[in-house]
Amino acid sequence: MKNLKLYIPVLAFLILAVFMWRGLYMDSRTLPSTLIDRELPEFALRTLTEGDQLVSNADLPDEPFILNIWGSYCLPCLQENPIFMSAREQGLVPIVGVNYKDRDNLARDWLDINGNPFTMNIVDDTGRYGIDLGVYGAPETFIVDADGVIRYKHIGTINYQAWQDEIMPVVRELQSAHAEQSATTTGQSS
Amino acid sequence: MSQIRLWTRSFLLLSSLILTITATAQVDVFDFETAEQEERFRQLANDFRCPMCQNANLTHSTGGVAADLRREIYNQILEGRTDEEIEQFMLQRYGDFILYRPRLTAKTILLWFGPALFFIIGLWVALGIIKRSASQNRNNDEAGSETTQPEDLTADEQARLDRLLSDRLASDPSTGDDSPDDSRR
Repeated sequence: MKNLKLYIPVLAFLILAVFMWRGLYMDSRTLPSTLIDRELPEFALRTLTEGDQLVSNADLPDEPFILNIWGSYCLPCLQENPIFMSAREQGLVPIVGVNYKDRDNLARDWLDINGNPFTMNIVDDTGRYGIDLGVYGAPETFIVDADGVIRYKHIGTINYQAWQDEIMPVVRELQSAHAEQSATTTGQSS
Repeated sequence: MSQIRLWTRSFLLLSSLILTITATAQVDVFDFETAEQEERFRQLANDFRCPMCQNANLTHSTGGVAADLRREIYNQILEGRTDEEIEQFMLQRYGDFILYRPRLTAKTILLWFGPALFFIIGLWVALGIIKRSASQNRNNDEAGSETTQPEDLTADEQARLDRLLSDRLASDPSTGDDSPDDSRR
């Protein structure tokens, strides 16, 4: 009994060590998103290409897509661009851009120079839609399913490894779920 | 003489520069209808943490998103939203991180009551140690250690003690070196 008591400090140390060990590998810079499994917030905003015509949630793709918050001032966005370009060329997944707190002309120039991987570019020049999305700086990337529900969020640069190991598995899963769903609905209707 | 004055002056100048740098807060120009609104704005901007810069509140942050959030708070105050509604708005978008004073939930219960818990554990352990050492002292007293003095002897006991001591001294005078006077009494 007396011997067992001696182990209490060791036990306390081990518990503390586990917490601190985990703390070493915790990234306090990326906040967990509160929007996972919630619908994409509603918006009515201009696009970079369509002039003053407003688009809303209804104009988004009817399939799983990637929503990328970017700006011409954002250096990591430049690193993501080739990955998104090759995704577009291979037709992997539609990528919708949110041009966050940028100027239209600078954004258009950026796309001309670096290539435009986006199927559509929503203009959020005030950053108000960014607040609804819980965005705090470009680049941030959401994966949205066919029903417009946010399923995943990546904060910071997407490099090839993140694209391969994080983004694409989620996208493929959502795509196969979507394919199944649409197969059953067409089966029922015929 | 003038050298010293020069040094003093440059020191004062430099320190005043440093002071102005550290005292900078973000000042946006917002017009409020009432002083109460302005006070609420200052309070809210102080209470929310900037999501981008981690360890500054919205008032002191230079981050772009902090400026946006300050403007958002301003707009919502003018729209007549309550502090609770604004807090809810922030929480829905940025989560618990935005609050400098964490809410009391199952997740944060250790955060809130952890210190008190550890204090109680510490107190308990300390009391245990004190109690044990006290009882040890008592045991030593009962065992009659050399350091303890006989204080509360009854007249009978005192007489017996004197007798024992004098007997012992009489039979073996070599041990009576310390207090020969006492022994003779």
